[in-house]
Amino acid sequence: MEGKEILKDLSNFSAVSGSEFQLHEKLENIFKDLVDEIKKGILGDFIAVKKGEGENRLKVLLTAHADEIGLMVTDIDDRGFVHFTNVGGVDPKTLPAQEVIIHGKEKVFGVIGAKPPHVLTDKDRKKSIKIDEMVIDCGMTRDELEKLISVGDFITVKRHSIGLLGDFITGKALDNRSGIMVLYECAKELKNIKHSCDVYFAATSLEERGLLGIKTTAYEVSPDIGIVVDVTFADKYADSDIQIECGKGVEITIGPNIHPELSEKLIKIADEYAIPYTIDVSPASTGTETWNLQICQEGIPTLLVSIPIRYMHTSTEVVNYKDIIRAARLLVLFISSLKDWGDIYA
Amino acid sequence: MEILKKLVSIYGPSGREDMVAEFIIDNIKDYVDEIQKDVLGNVIAIKKGKGKNKIMLASHMDQIGFMVNFIDENGFLRFSNVGGINPYSLLFKRVVFKNGVEGIIAKEQKADIKELSMKDLFIDIGVGNKEEASKKVQVGDFAVLKSDFKDLGDVLVGPAFDDRLGCYILIELVKNIKDTDNDVYFVFTTQEEVGLRGAKVAAYKIQPDLAIVVDVTSTGDTPNCNKMVVKLGEGAAIKIMDRGFIVHPKVKDLLVSIAEEYNIKYQFEILDLGTTDAAEIHVSKAGVPTGVVSIPTRYIHSDSEMVSKKDIEAAINLLIKVLEKAFNL
Amino acid sequence: MLKKLTDAFGVSGCEKEIRNLIKEEVKNFGDVYIDKLGNLIVHKKGKGKRVMLAAHMDEVGFIVTSIKDDGKIKFAPVGGIDSRILVSKRVVFGRTKIKGVIGYKPIHLQSEVEKNKAVDIKELFIDIGATSKEEALKYVKIGDYATFESEYVDMGRYIKAKALDDRVGCAILIDVLKENYNLDLYCVFTVQEEVGLRGATVAAYSIEPEIGLVIEGTTCADFVKDEKDFITQTGKGPAISVMDSSSIVNERLFKRIIKVAEYYKIPYQLRRGTVGGNDAGAIHKSKVGCITASISVPTRYIHSPISMINKDDYENTLKLVKRVLESLEKEEL
Repeated sequence: MEGKEILKDLSNFSAVSGSEFQLHEKLENIFKDLVDEIKKGILGDFIAVKKGEGENRLKVLLTAHADEIGLMVTDIDDRGFVHFTNVGGVDPKTLPAQEVIIHGKEKVFGVIGAKPPHVLTDKDRKKSIKIDEMVIDCGMTRDELEKLISVGDFITVKRHSIGLLGDFITGKALDNRSGIMVLYECAKELKNIKHSCDVYFAATSLEERGLLGIKTTAYEVSPDIGIVVDVTFADKYADSDIQIECGKGVEITIGPNIHPELSEKLIKIADEYAIPYTIDVSPASTGTETWNLQICQEGIPTLLVSIPIRYMHTSTEVVNYKDIIRAARLLVLFISSLKDWGDIYA
Repeated sequence: MEILKKLVSIYGPSGREDMVAEFIIDNIKDYVDEIQKDVLGNVIAIKKGKGKNKIMLASHMDQIGFMVNFIDENGFLRFSNVGGINPYSLLFKRVVFKNGVEGIIAKEQKADIKELSMKDLFIDIGVGNKEEASKKVQVGDFAVLKSDFKDLGDVLVGPAFDDRLGCYILIELVKNIKDTDNDVYFVFTTQEEVGLRGAKVAAYKIQPDLAIVVDVTSTGDTPNCNKMVVKLGEGAAIKIMDRGFIVHPKVKDLLVSIAEEYNIKYQFEILDLGTTDAAEIHVSKAGVPTGVVSIPTRYIHSDSEMVSKKDIEAAINLLIKVLEKAFNL
Repeated sequence: MLKKLTDAFGVSGCEKEIRNLIKEEVKNFGDVYIDKLGNLIVHKKGKGKRVMLAAHMDEVGFIVTSIKDDGKIKFAPVGGIDSRILVSKRVVFGRTKIKGVIGYKPIHLQSEVEKNKAVDIKELFIDIGATSKEEALKYVKIGDYATFESEYVDMGRYIKAKALDDRVGCAILIDVLKENYNLDLYCVFTVQEEVGLRGATVAAYSIEPEIGLVIEGTTCADFVKDEKDFITQTGKGPAISVMDSSSIVNERLFKRIIKVAEYYKIPYQLRRGTVGGNDAGAIHKSKVGCITASISVPTRYIHSPISMINKDDYENTLKLVKRVLESLEKEEL
């Protein structure tokens, strides 16, 4: 399936929060034949606009954040070891014995070392290693390194995305390249459908650093409805309260952060067209861009659709492509059912 | 340095910055085209140039402080912190109120020193009972740390360099900028320490093409400290990232290229804990390309912050060049 | 009025019932409209300063997160609730008005360790008497909201009810609307304050007020041992804020409120403490900024089913708000 290949390609590419503009070329190639206009925002967001038909068209903003978590070079010490800090919520536990790429003037390969088991005491083994105790070994001297990289350069885990059994795919940054694929699959289907909304597909910035970029994107677009696509925990093995599983459908969120009537409408459509889903109740912030999007300007009716993902924020994230297709389908049906303002207050 | 010396001793906790505003306006009014004071008390001074770009520079006028919650029967004052303060850095420090009343912050003798919190502290203004205290201070009054500004040769020591130093730098820029290609808005913001509030409304109104915040940052050069490459005396710090902000790549390139072109000493800065007005400015409206030039400062939020004169000079030199030339981001 | 308001249902995110109730009460007092987030706005057009009065309609409560096979209903708190007060309480669901209980393991069956542990909200559930998931689903569904069951009781000097925070504010706004002022007045009954000052954020954005006044029910711990921890006290009049976690009150407006209180000999107190935030946090830094202050009725046992206010405090708060508005008409700040 072509989509799976695009997802793997996006997953392999690096765009850590603060450097989302690097993804623009790829995004442009993916979306250019599906939309009428492409815009780029000041903080690195990417917006592809597909106009609808008719007068007084509603503006629907469909977003998926482009940025991924990563690391950043903080220092190169005199032995040539590279010190680093996290950009976004990186679990230090995922780092020991990892291979990384430092994105400097050139891409430099390195490893995050770990003490050999032979020298570890029992006490050592029980503790979790902190980020400031780790360094990257590139096998070079400081002088050699300083020609290639500098403080402030981004670092990502070297991970090549592959398919696992069935429609499962693993790689880094599936949070939220999966979301971007939902936007793509949605745009692909919308190309062949008449719809009366203007749809703004946005790959937003700085989500991992506090849901920041969505504020500027929302200001730029000024939408009538905002729909966020992100990923959600499908780690039933860790928490028995988790209902959703990869490959079994999408997650629709309800609660104060979500527009009640719109979410009811979305659920009705899912029922009508037999798209499998589970409902997630969020009593306050959904922890996604929806939280900031809802109170932009004069208030924006919001929806949140999530793709189940396992091992979020590790470089071995796992999603099932079927769920991406399902989410896209659901959104296409929802968007094409919207006609005018009356729909929002049904 | 006289202006800086005076600036750091002016009373101005978050929300009560008017005396600082007055002093600043007095010192810049002859050098700018227009001065505005907005709803939240921000001072906005505009220096018109050829109008090629609109640049906003920002430093905050407010300092951390203490608000009196309660006066007990014996005249001791209980307080809340205004801005982020480590209770350990307050022990036995002098404070002063707007009306000049002075006191000492002390801890309850029986309070556990290992787990100190604001609730264990009180201010002693040396009176015998509630009545006497009430003649001098009221609930709702604000106090700030009181200490002296000292020039130790290469370094300066004093209270409130965060961010009177930034204000001082902006004042120097106002006075020394010649014809510029750009319209420059020098913004002295309020309430940064309690949540970057002044900067939010100022940026909304001004809508600049480029914003640069001038604030302080920590250093990684004291004994057994957290890792950080920034060192006192190693030049103006160009901020890459902190808790709430990542520099716009083009702004970073602009600052670096200017520093390199004019041989100005600079260093890169990544701050783990803390943020600046830039965090609010860069997400204003449709976004603002924003950068931060920081002055390396030891012992931030204590009554004896320490900075290097060389770093201050480097920052001023860097910013003058940034303001004068037109740029294309 | 206060009884009607506190009895009504309106948890953050589900304010329809209370909004409709208030709408009925205010429909003749000005232009009435509802914005995109559900705020109820009454605009009394006038010349003079654009003033926004705000009180939030929403109360803290619960939202259903899942229904177990045996009919137990799992929930999450909406807004800040101390989980320790949930045990042994009755709740009411907003949509179907069905009642349930939050029970707890009998003390006889608790181990020594359990007896001393704080309640973990994850172990709690609502029991509506359903014996199966199917049965429960006839009356309750995922995402439904519930509040504490609590009757309005007139205790003489005090009133006890749920949601005094901030139905007292709503009551005061309704009363204020009955009169006319030489101001361009917006009375905004906001939504979702308890989950993050959400309604006020968008209301202030579209109204662009020059002056904002938030009327709240605020923390009152005057029953604890140390006076320094009271924050506010009942019986001492409206509490005027200086600073809280969400905003520092504008000094000029603060001084004006005090001046008005003293002139009309209205008893008042200062809010002594900086904990908690309210809609002023959103309003004061909206767009180009707004001169904002907060006046609150001290409310004991806030965010619980048994919150209490002193009747005199309510009357004095109402009086003070009206006099402050009159003062703003006549004199520039």
